[in-house]
Amino acid sequence: MGNMKLTLKIWRQNGPNDQGKIVDYPVSDVSEDMSFLEMLDVLNDDLVRKGEDPIAFDHDCREGICGMCSLFINGEPHGPGRGITTCQLHMRMFKDGDTIHVEPWRSAAFPVIKDLATNRSALDRIQAAGGFVSVNTSGNLVDGNALPIPKDDADTAFDAATCIGCGACVATCPNGSAMLFTAAKVSQLSLLPQGKPERKRRALAMVEQMDKEGFGNCSNTGACEVECPKGISISHIARLHREYLVATVTKE
Amino acid sequence: MSTLDSKIPPGPIDKKWTDHKGHIRIVAPSNKRRIDIIVVGTGLAGGAAAASLAEMGYNVKAFCFQDSARRAHSIAAQGGINAAKNYQNDGDSTYRLFYDTVKGGDYRSREANVYRLAEVSANIIDQCVAQGVPFARDYGGLLDNRSFGGVQVSRTFYARGQTGQQLLLGAYSALMRQVGKGAVQMFDRHEMLDVVIVDGKARGIIARNLITGEIERHGAHAVLLCTGGYGNVFFLSTNAMGSNVTAAWKAHKRGAYFGNPCYTQIHPTCIPVSGTHQSKLTLMSESLRNDGRIWVPKNMEDAKAIREGKKKGSDIPEADRDYYLERRYPAFGNLVPRDVASRAAKERCDAGFGVNKTGEAVYLDFSAAIQRYGKQQANMQKVENASPEQVRELGTAVVSEKYGNLFDMYENIVGEDPYKHAMKIYPAVHYTMGGLWVDYNLQTTVPGLFCLGEANFSDHGANRLGASALMQGLADGYFVIPYTVGDYLADDIRTGPIDTKRPEFDAAEKEQKDRINHFLNNKGTKPVDDFHRRLGKVMWDKCGMARNAQGLTEAVTEIRRIREEFWKDVRVPGTANEFNQELEKAGRIADFLELGELMCMDALNRNESCGGHFREESQELDGPQQGEAKRDDENYAYVAAWEWLGEAGKANLHKEHLEFNEVKLTQRSYK
Repeated sequence: MGNMKLTLKIWRQNGPNDQGKIVDYPVSDVSEDMSFLEMLDVLNDDLVRKGEDPIAFDHDCREGICGMCSLFINGEPHGPGRGITTCQLHMRMFKDGDTIHVEPWRSAAFPVIKDLATNRSALDRIQAAGGFVSVNTSGNLVDGNALPIPKDDADTAFDAATCIGCGACVATCPNGSAMLFTAAKVSQLSLLPQGKPERKRRALAMVEQMDKEGFGNCSNTGACEVECPKGISISHIARLHREYLVATVTKE
Repeated sequence: MSTLDSKIPPGPIDKKWTDHKGHIRIVAPSNKRRIDIIVVGTGLAGGAAAASLAEMGYNVKAFCFQDSARRAHSIAAQGGINAAKNYQNDGDSTYRLFYDTVKGGDYRSREANVYRLAEVSANIIDQCVAQGVPFARDYGGLLDNRSFGGVQVSRTFYARGQTGQQLLLGAYSALMRQVGKGAVQMFDRHEMLDVVIVDGKARGIIARNLITGEIERHGAHAVLLCTGGYGNVFFLSTNAMGSNVTAAWKAHKRGAYFGNPCYTQIHPTCIPVSGTHQSKLTLMSESLRNDGRIWVPKNMEDAKAIREGKKKGSDIPEADRDYYLERRYPAFGNLVPRDVASRAAKERCDAGFGVNKTGEAVYLDFSAAIQRYGKQQANMQKVENASPEQVRELGTAVVSEKYGNLFDMYENIVGEDPYKHAMKIYPAVHYTMGGLWVDYNLQTTVPGLFCLGEANFSDHGANRLGASALMQGLADGYFVIPYTVGDYLADDIRTGPIDTKRPEFDAAEKEQKDRINHFLNNKGTKPVDDFHRRLGKVMWDKCGMARNAQGLTEAVTEIRRIREEFWKDVRVPGTANEFNQELEKAGRIADFLELGELMCMDALNRNESCGGHFREESQELDGPQQGEAKRDDENYAYVAAWEWLGEAGKANLHKEHLEFNEVKLTQRSYK
């Protein structure tokens, strides 16, 4: 065990319609080798033993790839540190005696389920609106090497494809916009030859769904790019704008 | 009682699958609309199956416990996916992939299944490319490959260190396309609690809505379990926190035999345990063994000094380092298969040569690679008389380009710069080759209940080769089940919708509600994790990398004791009708506490060493292979399929004898 003492100010909310409030939790014996979520595990263990209600939070892979963890720590999604998710945040980023604020993602489109867990199904619905190539499973497709793809295009498409769908971009955006999320998928598929036949339909459908879900508009603050755990560039938003514009003015 | 019929089609091995597909029954398009299929789990196997079956016209209901289908743990696979494309012109073929997989699995898998896997592997790559999966490409725009452990060709396709993510997002996009069309109904944040059997057939499931706590009934003509492995029985593993055995275990308790439960893969290169708070272990990709050299000090005094913090790895001169894999296995060196590398690390640490505080770590050292690449770069960039610092810098840049994201991940967790100090690694539980027994059609011993991907026992024998898990998940989901499930469902075209008001559903639902109420009313003193940790320690100490009869017998007794105490003393706060994560965990751990005992029974029964299962009683005592695992083909060339007999610890062993007609059984040597 370590010897850091911290004060946690954690958002507690019983359900989507509950008002919610900040509750203080002093924690001690925190080791700098702990991850942030392990520190919460220790706190929850203690709460359960004392007969109190443990803090609900989403998490799964704990290695920064599934996109399930989602805490707003000291005013930043996934906390201090760049290019990492909450589960990769370690307590050595904090000092003995610190006070740490922990809140859920805040967005009209992400209602709170309980405490720090929110419902991000809106992102799935954007994907379902057009984030795919319309190809069925078939054992008779052309050979994977029949269509060479320039390395630069493949690499840029990959950069966009690394999105883990965590929603940090939405949480940090003053407008609650999901543009970076939507742009990443539109950009990936419009850069690859497989995605080109549907690019117009895709851009229109995904943007329409995004608006329907209640996400805000993009005003180019660039906060999303800073907080994105995968470092996805807002240049993809520029590409989405172009895709959308072309699709709008040339649609039949 | 069901009998074991593997239903392997007749004929030569390379014709079996084609002939089988040509002869099994199919369901006409107009009739597919009348058939409902439940798919549990949305990883590579489940996501691919749900999407493919919906495309064909079936009504699909897909379930996952995560908040989105995209988060299934397939996403965490780093290295790559194997396929016999022979793009590198290095002599690869369907047969060679088949052979490597059977050999890598230490001759404990079913030949016909493995051959089919190798046969469809090339289709998988084509399918994923068509979906827009951004695989690594070379400057000519063609697909790139790399090498993995235990093979001598380059057949691994990859997407940087995130291959699993990209393949899963491909399957997820296909799935969401069907969700958008209404062909798949998606139930996320739902956990399957039981399978419902009507007249001997799987006809639906009981699931809990994890947000509202509501217990739901879902009927279907077939149920597909694609629910992943059970490595979390060890508490600490590289699995996601939510990965669990519940779906497979409940199916087992309803009549599905459990195959080879003791086969566990311990991955050699994971970040060592740092303290008691640890919740999971993080894998460092096998690809690191292409360039990293594994060693411990030769002298005990040096090892002691390192553990006490008086010396660093870099203080140990070259002559005093023991590169034990290169010493013991000169032919494969640091790229021996996972089971062999893990055992060798344990052997050195048990002998007292471990290099961290706990004594359970070895070095994975890139200094030689940095030097080698640095000198190469100095020559290429025409840097004359490069200083040692320059060489280091140039070499570091190359290593960073190849493995940068992994090095960052390591530094993040450990807080030490792996470019300057050798990484410390230790083996950790990673994958389970065992799972529900299935026949060639991927059907369990319960008619209408199918099992795909890591959740079944089928293709990897006693040890899985790197980059083969992704291959199997997608093969099962895209290219096997869409055919084989039709053969079963052809009888159901006139059945009509399954009535979920039947007494079988009443009974199954009541059982689950009673269990939930027991947890909530138990008012014990200890949280669920307390029991999980203790179970994990018993499993790791006595049913981990090395096993013996005495330890396994003790383990059975200890697990029973923990299980009893769990039911008496577990404390689960909150209520049934809310988002209650402790309640979710309680149900999962209750199942692990039963599975753990079966794993030990299976390990005790299998008095031979094979692949990931190492019985200390069964090793080579002398000769060039001294200390290596010793298989017993005469007595154990079978799949152990266990039948549940009504309570934990009581199980009946059925044997599926494995026939090897294509591959000759020999000792697996990597010397």
